[in-house]
Amino acid sequence: MIKAVLSGDMPRSVVLASILGLILFCLALAPFLFPGVRTVDTAARICVFVVLVASYDLLLGYGGIVSFAHTMFFGIGAYGVALASTHLGRGFDALAGGALAGAGVAAALAFVIGLFSLRVRAIFFAMITLAVASAVAVLVSQLSGLTGGEDGLTFQTPRELGPAFKFGDELFGVKLNGKLLSYYLVFTGSLILFLLMLRVVNSPFGRVLQAIRENDFRAEAIGYRVVRYRVAATCLSAAVAALAGSLYAIWLRYVGPDTTLSMEIMIDILLMVVIGGMGTMYGAVIGATVLVLAQNYLQNLMGAAGSAIEGLPVLPQLLDADRWLLWLGVLFILSVYFFPTGIVGRLRRS
Amino acid sequence: MTSPILATEGLTVRFGGHVAVDAVSCAFQTGELTAIVGPNGAGKTTYFNLISGQIPASAGRVLLRGRDLSGQSVSQRTRAGIGRAFQLTNLFPNLSVLENVRLVVQSNAGQGMNLWSMASRHAELTEAAEAILTRVRLIGNRDQTVSELSHGNQRKLEVALLIALDPAVYMFDEPTAGMSVDEAPVVLDLIAELKEQRDRTILLVEHKMDVIRTLADRIIVLHNGALAADGDPATVMASDVVQEAYMGRELEDV
Repeated sequence: MIKAVLSGDMPRSVVLASILGLILFCLALAPFLFPGVRTVDTAARICVFVVLVASYDLLLGYGGIVSFAHTMFFGIGAYGVALASTHLGRGFDALAGGALAGAGVAAALAFVIGLFSLRVRAIFFAMITLAVASAVAVLVSQLSGLTGGEDGLTFQTPRELGPAFKFGDELFGVKLNGKLLSYYLVFTGSLILFLLMLRVVNSPFGRVLQAIRENDFRAEAIGYRVVRYRVAATCLSAAVAALAGSLYAIWLRYVGPDTTLSMEIMIDILLMVVIGGMGTMYGAVIGATVLVLAQNYLQNLMGAAGSAIEGLPVLPQLLDADRWLLWLGVLFILSVYFFPTGIVGRLRRS
Repeated sequence: MTSPILATEGLTVRFGGHVAVDAVSCAFQTGELTAIVGPNGAGKTTYFNLISGQIPASAGRVLLRGRDLSGQSVSQRTRAGIGRAFQLTNLFPNLSVLENVRLVVQSNAGQGMNLWSMASRHAELTEAAEAILTRVRLIGNRDQTVSELSHGNQRKLEVALLIALDPAVYMFDEPTAGMSVDEAPVVLDLIAELKEQRDRTILLVEHKMDVIRTLADRIIVLHNGALAADGDPATVMASDVVQEAYMGRELEDV
């Protein structure tokens, strides 16, 4: 049963299985285990980023294709939901329509980019995606009549997903309101998308992608049309990234260039894939969890540590909360140095 | 004489001013094993590259069952029936031995675009791949990663991938290069077996003259990219020109 759900791709390490189980458990019960606006927000962000990073892993870790347009596809999904909700009204039909349209547009755009650039060397694709992503980001901030420009769009989701909607009193001290439903929509959607991708990478198609990553020359010589597979992987990955964007927009009830399209998010995705372990899918879960937690809590943790050792020379300055980005950088360098195959790669080896 | 399965007509490729393959016209019959010989740089591997489509021809055509293959990609030619093993080992280094072969079997089964089923559940593909591994005596290394294999075993796997592909036209580019004396016979026996089937066409680039003498039905000699001799082994090997100019010392110890 578990084997079928995970598409036969077992964690293959007791430690890894325990960590994944713990993450799943915490995310599944986050509103009850860690009640609070900020903690639940962090949990939702982790769910969305797991899907986003996994879809990037499909491209980079399995297909060996470097893309810088992943946030663009993420943004297309988010704006799809926002625009549909703004213009069609606050309904589930608008959410579904916006999400599907976003995924469709993302896949179509990926198809065009892929068809034009994946025939040539893979590096060319990376450059084209960078150019297109920058162009789209500029376009979104300029077309303020449609997209709200730099301010983004705030929109209303169905009443059932808002904090004002109550469907019960309290359960374990947690208010049963629409925000809780909204979280579980994000959680369930993310879980399904992740399991779907796990399915894809373990299918015959996934094996061909790995073969192309390893040796595209030979993959062609045993009869696989390499371009076709690369384009298919790009479209699939783009569509899933767009759906992750839709979930994120539904959760935030807001879209803006900074939350969905920025280059910073692209770099976050890269870090998450590398820290977690490329070409493993489970690496996306661990990478996203570690990095989102670090981004949200490292500052607090360091603030606490800094004040705990007050009085000592130099150390408090080093651990000052304002230096958290420096330490995040150090953590990243160390993890790449010590775990070149990522956390998952390291755990599976031992 | 029946119509040839594979033919090249005036096949030529130029790199800048250098003519690497010079108007080679040659036809190959089903069931025939042709050895292609010639000194280093004679254009043997380039001739293979033109047939399998890795490089486009400057002039001339490749015909498979009378159909012009010009403009067809490598994968299209592969599916049409031209299979190739490479001189420099060319595998999927971080995948297992079994997975390497299974990828070929899966390609033949047309399962590549299957996104839904689990690859590990396709028992028929796994069994077919295991059968090939047994034939090349690599079954013991089934789950090893390719990059960990010895050179000789990598060469065997190189041949195994071609055998798994089972094309109408087999092209072997120095299949035993760098193999030990113990290992080479495994590969040569496999080629002999294929030849015995008499329903496959085999092109073999090989330097070892004893191998050629036992296996070849016919020898063609390339020199400076051009066809210098073509005929049954006895005639070609006996011709003085060929002996002196192209076989050199290799024939002396025969």
